[in-house]
Amino acid sequence: MNEMSQSLLRTQAARVSWFDVATRHRVALATLAVLVFPLVMPFTALAVNILIYGLYALGFNLVYGYLGLLSFGHAALFGTGAYLCGMAIVHFGLPWYAAIAIGVVAGLAMAALIGVLAIRTRGIYFAMVTMALSQCVYYLFYQAVDWTGGENGLRGINVRSIDLFGMRLDFLDPMTRYYVIAAFVIAAFFILSRILASPFGAVIEAVRENATRARASGYDVTLTRLITFVLSGGFCGLAGALQALHLSIVPIEILHYDTSGIVVMIALLGGMGTFFGPMIGAAVFLLLENLVSLWTVHWQLIVGAIFVICVLFFPAGIWGTLTSRGKR
Amino acid sequence: MRSEVSKSRSISRRRLLATVGAGAVTAASPFRINLVKAEEANIKIGFPVPLTGPYGTEAQDQVRAAQLAVAQFNEAGGLNGRKAELVVRDDKLNPGEAATRTLELVEKEKVNFVVGSLSAAVQLAINNVTKERGIIFNSISQSDAINEAADFSRFTFHEALNPHMTSGAVGRYAFSKFGKRVAFLTADYAYGHEMVRGFLEVGKAFNIENLGDIRHPLGTTDFSTLLPRILALKPDILCISNFGRDQQIALRQATDFGIKKTTQIIAPLLSHASRVAAGPQAFEGVIGGCSFYWGIEDKFASTKAFNDAFRKMYDGKLPTDYGALGYGGVRTVLSAVKNAGSVDTDKVITALEALKYDYYKGPQYYRKCDHQSVQSVLVIRSKSKDQRNESDVFEVISTEEPDEAHLRSCAELGHKA
Amino acid sequence: MAGLSLDLIALQLFAGLALGAIYVLFAIGLSLIFGMLTVVNFAHGAFYMVGAYAGLYILMLGGNFWICLLAVPLAVGLFGMLVERFLIRRLYGRGIDYPLLLTFGLSYVMVELVRLAFGKTGYPFDTPDLLQGAVNIGVGYFPLYRLFVIGATAAVLLGLWLFLEKTSFGLIIRAGARDPQIVRVLGVDISNVWLIVFGIGTAIAGFAGLLAAPLQGVIPEMGSTILAEAFVVTVVGGMGSIGGAVLAGLLVGIVVSMSSLFAPEMAKVSIFALMAIVLIVRPQGFFGRAGLMS
Repeated sequence: MNEMSQSLLRTQAARVSWFDVATRHRVALATLAVLVFPLVMPFTALAVNILIYGLYALGFNLVYGYLGLLSFGHAALFGTGAYLCGMAIVHFGLPWYAAIAIGVVAGLAMAALIGVLAIRTRGIYFAMVTMALSQCVYYLFYQAVDWTGGENGLRGINVRSIDLFGMRLDFLDPMTRYYVIAAFVIAAFFILSRILASPFGAVIEAVRENATRARASGYDVTLTRLITFVLSGGFCGLAGALQALHLSIVPIEILHYDTSGIVVMIALLGGMGTFFGPMIGAAVFLLLENLVSLWTVHWQLIVGAIFVICVLFFPAGIWGTLTSRGKR
Repeated sequence: MRSEVSKSRSISRRRLLATVGAGAVTAASPFRINLVKAEEANIKIGFPVPLTGPYGTEAQDQVRAAQLAVAQFNEAGGLNGRKAELVVRDDKLNPGEAATRTLELVEKEKVNFVVGSLSAAVQLAINNVTKERGIIFNSISQSDAINEAADFSRFTFHEALNPHMTSGAVGRYAFSKFGKRVAFLTADYAYGHEMVRGFLEVGKAFNIENLGDIRHPLGTTDFSTLLPRILALKPDILCISNFGRDQQIALRQATDFGIKKTTQIIAPLLSHASRVAAGPQAFEGVIGGCSFYWGIEDKFASTKAFNDAFRKMYDGKLPTDYGALGYGGVRTVLSAVKNAGSVDTDKVITALEALKYDYYKGPQYYRKCDHQSVQSVLVIRSKSKDQRNESDVFEVISTEEPDEAHLRSCAELGHKA
Repeated sequence: MAGLSLDLIALQLFAGLALGAIYVLFAIGLSLIFGMLTVVNFAHGAFYMVGAYAGLYILMLGGNFWICLLAVPLAVGLFGMLVERFLIRRLYGRGIDYPLLLTFGLSYVMVELVRLAFGKTGYPFDTPDLLQGAVNIGVGYFPLYRLFVIGATAAVLLGLWLFLEKTSFGLIIRAGARDPQIVRVLGVDISNVWLIVFGIGTAIAGFAGLLAAPLQGVIPEMGSTILAEAFVVTVVGGMGSIGGAVLAGLLVGIVVSMSSLFAPEMAKVSIFALMAIVLIVRPQGFFGRAGLMS
């Protein structure tokens, strides 16, 4: 073996090890990124939105990227979490942590309901059933004006301070708000990482790769799909609850199918079926939208064009493209 | 649009210069910086409006007129030389985006005041953010809820009309003239419901017969399945309480179905931009209300002055209803700043509450309990002939003078006396 | 509510059919493209909107509505063929998600380009003089123009049926939908077939947009509402089935119209509820092929 090919091997090894390190310490890496993130963003509220949409996309990606089912109804899971968390505070005066817990449970429950009805369908039909059901959820919340504020939205989710271990944190302070919400997002990262690394995580991917073979190996494919969908609802419900606390309102638009569409764009942009993809997708998408819309009212032209280019030339998404380079 | 872009650019350039200047001072003496900042920092007014989306045209007009108010304040010397500055943000007509942008305006831009919004849901979202943080917000779009105790705070002001005043004025005019059998076609959301509530309240005094309230989903593009039923009711008056595109399509299709032959159509609020977009045919003969129409310049010197200044700044264009609100919303806040001699929130609130003003449409003032601007309501009819210029699309057929009796009472709104 | 007569119910049913005709016209293009190319065209609403604006432009140039009826589908169809040739064609064989996402992004671009060219505000679009006013159809008055829309839809359907069933090119299309491999083996360039099918589908969308313009005026966002409703139609009818789209379109029209009579505020949600029920009971829709895209 000559020297040149050896050095080539060495650089390859270096590259592989860079990628391996990133994968092995993915939670630590994500935590670090999340901690320094607000310092490089144009404003903190945007950084919080990116965290929340990243978490929402993370939940969505579990179904789309890891399970291989395209859902067009994830707004229902995100929105239900937000509304139930908000209602717990506005109507029942519950403390913030109880409200977040209720948001998560609401996301799980809504996902169970939609999942049971939709999980038998496949492909484009799954997308359409989830969309139809989420539209029904939209109208349900829209009509329940006394509880949700209807089209005016739910107002008054006002959490001024957060009491933690005898400390009182000012939740109106932007940085405090960011780090409180970041703590939940990091926890979610950790849980997702454990799920994916568990035997169940392997089953999920087996079902995506070949459902027939998974079934033949003795796995209950339908149940696996349902459980994954419900888990996804938990992550999305948490994201929704955090969104309600962050903005102190829940707009009815959160349940609109646009909100379902955005998360597909984010996941695809970042790289579906990858661990960091959703968060990167959320960062790039929201940042782009923010910057371009400051510059021109025709921001949709730029965002749409970038999206088309991504689909055509970078179908693996930003993180997917980077990692395939890293692996090569 | 182009003029705005260049304007916002020049503002950011100015800000850049200010920042660089401040940086130089900081380097020279860390002690003096506070003094310099306190004296020189611009008075910032955050201005979230839906520049993108279906009401982009209206929002653009709001920005134009608000810029005029800022320019006039600065030309008159500002607050002892301290200039004002408008920080415009696109809320995309989405309350979530509006809340985010308001957080940006408050937390990062450190605005002193917020003025803006073009929908009920958006203004309530902005209001929820600002009232928590003790920032004055002057809303310039319609809502009844913002007057009510649950959403109101002492930081909340409402320069726009509210549905109760608008439908009240139109109802008082129409029910006395066109008959008693009234049917309603209503967009199924708070704005629509509030308008109908206002009409029915006024209707009691006229003994109207309510033939039914047909509610359509927001964003309906086809009314053909609702109109046969309305025709069958044979109403004297049809109240169409919706807005924007819904209103344009409803009026257009009601015309196609021949409803206007037997029935007078009234709409609580007719907007300039809607009338232009839908064309004269659809709006022909329709009666409705509005807060401002440039044509009242014959009646009020303030309107004439506003129109002239607007024409001068924007190549002869005339201001629209929403534009006027943008002007009024910003000018009242800046006048209060001047009267208070400070940007201190409490002082400015006191000054706003004491303000008796006539800036663009005749006398107005903010009611103490809910900070609703008590003002006139114009009853207008769409016209298709004898237009003097391209903005000449309505004629004012009646004016309801400002009167607190036409507002819901403070007790009704849940305010303690 | 008073005034619920038999005549009103009959008129209401008719209004539902007339509304259904618009859904049908929009949905058959969507269904045709999906049946042949397995492309879920999220830009279909944008093509519809472009059709309306193309009509508006022709009127501005001094043309009349009858010229539009011919020129608009041609122009939009041609534009559709360009989109297929240079964008969508690159994505065949990459699964169903990518063309869907591409057209989704494309619709943003198309809407924004129209905003740039024509402004954000809408325009009125006058009903042609010949078709103005309402006529008595026995149970009540109905706008003449809406009767014309029903007729135009029927004409398009008839033309499409003749084209697919009676021409040799139609035979190739139908064969291609069943098994593109065999068609290729027989020496037919299938990519040209796909190009033309996409052109026809978008031409019909443009035509539908033109017909809708006098009903509701023209704005850049006009395609987004109908797109969601048209997906309901195609899915209920069975993705890819033209007959299914016709049946489901009329059914959706009638469901909207009947719910308008009894619970108008539920008119919109009723069609989504219909879709959810149909799919839960029969996951492939009325005439869809089971197992497609699983």
